[in-house]
Amino acid sequence: MAAASSENVISVRDLVVGFGETDVLKGLNLDIKRGEIMGFVGASGSGKSVLTRTILGLLPKRKGSITVFGKNVDDLEEDERQATERRWGVLFQGGALFSSLTVRQNIQFPLKENLHLSQRLMDEIALAKLEMVGLSAEVCDKLPAELSGGMTKRAALARSLALDPEIVFLDEPTSGLDPIGAGEFDDLIHALKETLGLTVFMVTHDLDSLHSVCDRIAALADGKIIAVGTIESMLEAKHPWLRSYFHGKRARGRLNGGGKK
Amino acid sequence: MGVVPVYLHSQLEGRTLILSAKGPWTSAYASEIEPQVDAVLKKRPRVERVEIDAGEVERFDTVGAWLMERLRRAWETGGAKAAIVGLNPRYQVLLDEVSASNKERLRRRRRERPLADTLEYIGWGVADAWADFVAIVRFVGVVTIAVGRVIMNPLRFRLTSVIHNLDRVGFRAVPIIVLIEFLIGAILAQQGIFHFRKFGAETYVVDMVGILTLRELGVLIVSIMIAGRSGSAYTAELGSMKMREEIDALRVMGFDPIEILIIPRLTALIIALPLLTFIGSMAALFGGGVVTWLYGGMPPEVFLDRLREAISPETFQVGLIKAPFMGAVIGLIACVEGLRVEGSAESLGEHTTASVVKAIFLVIVMDGLFAMFFAGINM
Repeated sequence: MAAASSENVISVRDLVVGFGETDVLKGLNLDIKRGEIMGFVGASGSGKSVLTRTILGLLPKRKGSITVFGKNVDDLEEDERQATERRWGVLFQGGALFSSLTVRQNIQFPLKENLHLSQRLMDEIALAKLEMVGLSAEVCDKLPAELSGGMTKRAALARSLALDPEIVFLDEPTSGLDPIGAGEFDDLIHALKETLGLTVFMVTHDLDSLHSVCDRIAALADGKIIAVGTIESMLEAKHPWLRSYFHGKRARGRLNGGGKK
Repeated sequence: MGVVPVYLHSQLEGRTLILSAKGPWTSAYASEIEPQVDAVLKKRPRVERVEIDAGEVERFDTVGAWLMERLRRAWETGGAKAAIVGLNPRYQVLLDEVSASNKERLRRRRRERPLADTLEYIGWGVADAWADFVAIVRFVGVVTIAVGRVIMNPLRFRLTSVIHNLDRVGFRAVPIIVLIEFLIGAILAQQGIFHFRKFGAETYVVDMVGILTLRELGVLIVSIMIAGRSGSAYTAELGSMKMREEIDALRVMGFDPIEILIIPRLTALIIALPLLTFIGSMAALFGGGVVTWLYGGMPPEVFLDRLREAISPETFQVGLIKAPFMGAVIGLIACVEGLRVEGSAESLGEHTTASVVKAIFLVIVMDGLFAMFFAGINM
């Protein structure tokens, strides 16, 4: 595994985010290093999505600071902000492909809006991206409604990679995929990390993904990160929630079946 | 615009062509790199070996990798030996990944054939119109069967849902209907007075406003308003329910979506339209009365007297009889279109538009048919 450098691409300090009376995130701290795959775990409703959406700027924060690529997002001017947004890609849980555009147009959309490329080059790039995520050229002219769940995720990943981002945010990338498909997706993310030098921020409940691709894992509970570390350190953790998560009934088969790939 | 830097330099050494790439080979500069790559490819001297020296490439991404691969492939397909050398090792994996892709050629975009395309377009239009007609007829059949079932087993009738829909499409539409019909009545009266005055026939304005609003305009304006207001809402609701598989969910739970979703909506419209038409017609007469009084100087008592002479119960009935049919047409079209929505957001928009346009069109056609019918029976 390529060693992650010590440079933080994202760091979050004392983040407080809430709705109405309640705070979902209560003073959260987090560092993500360049070139690592960071997995996020947490009970449903613990604020994983809220954290992701806050970092992406889709939700307002109440307190704290978020630093992306060494710059505090609050200090960014509008054009700097857009430049930052071009350096990350997001894979939403449901794919969020534009339903009225074909797969090819979906992938070309960020290219078309941000760069001045010839149509031929854009076609070739779109095809190359599709093949990188393991889809064949026939998918190109299909509409998102005609794709299966796994194909939708792959096509959405191809779109999020269109601009060669430095960070990708993946929201439950393997949910709804069959184990083989999920395993392939894990390998794919790992391969893309190696080839493109990506930093990956991955919210997941898939224990296999956590075991096989994540360099580090962060566990979210009570609005804070309760533990960060490798899968080994998670397995040894004493926190009751972590114990039941990593040693529960569903995790046991995994442990008995032998550890890491 | 400054001078475009050189990204690709070519040099011929005997039978070997040396291409040296330099600078940032990334998507941001691709619009400048691509012409240089293509210029080299256009000349493409016949050589045995091509060496692409990537030693001076500062930055590299997928787009850059692909452009370099395009160069390499051009000679390789021509039978020459081509190699990319000197690339920073950390970019090597990316280049390998890109060279492995795009092996098959992208299908050519279809060539434009103006005449054939136009004919094809017209053909599809005709086929679609026929499909529309079949869909509506089939839907009427399905709804009739469902209505039959509900009549045989009245407990299956969803009164709560009907009341809820009646509130939405009927009660809440009252203010806008009253306002618009009031204005229509007022405008009719004003125009009538203005022009009839030339013949000294101002008093006939009352006849015109009374007959026109009660027989035609009351029900037409209400129908058009409701097609735009509630028909579109029905289509959008049913369409998004279809997109999110909610309708399939109902079906697999053993419910009939027609019974649960369509019949209450249709019933609500069929009840709401006559009620709104009545309220609307009254508002139009009121508007006409106000204007004839303030603008035409005719006291309200005279207006009412003239109105009593000008119209008969039949005039009023003609308008009201049409209303439930208009409601049924609007509802049917809205529901058919809603259930035909497919996966995309665009499809939802298309069908909502189609729903309103078709409903208004059919309302007017129906009004014409009714006019012929009532003339036939001397009403």
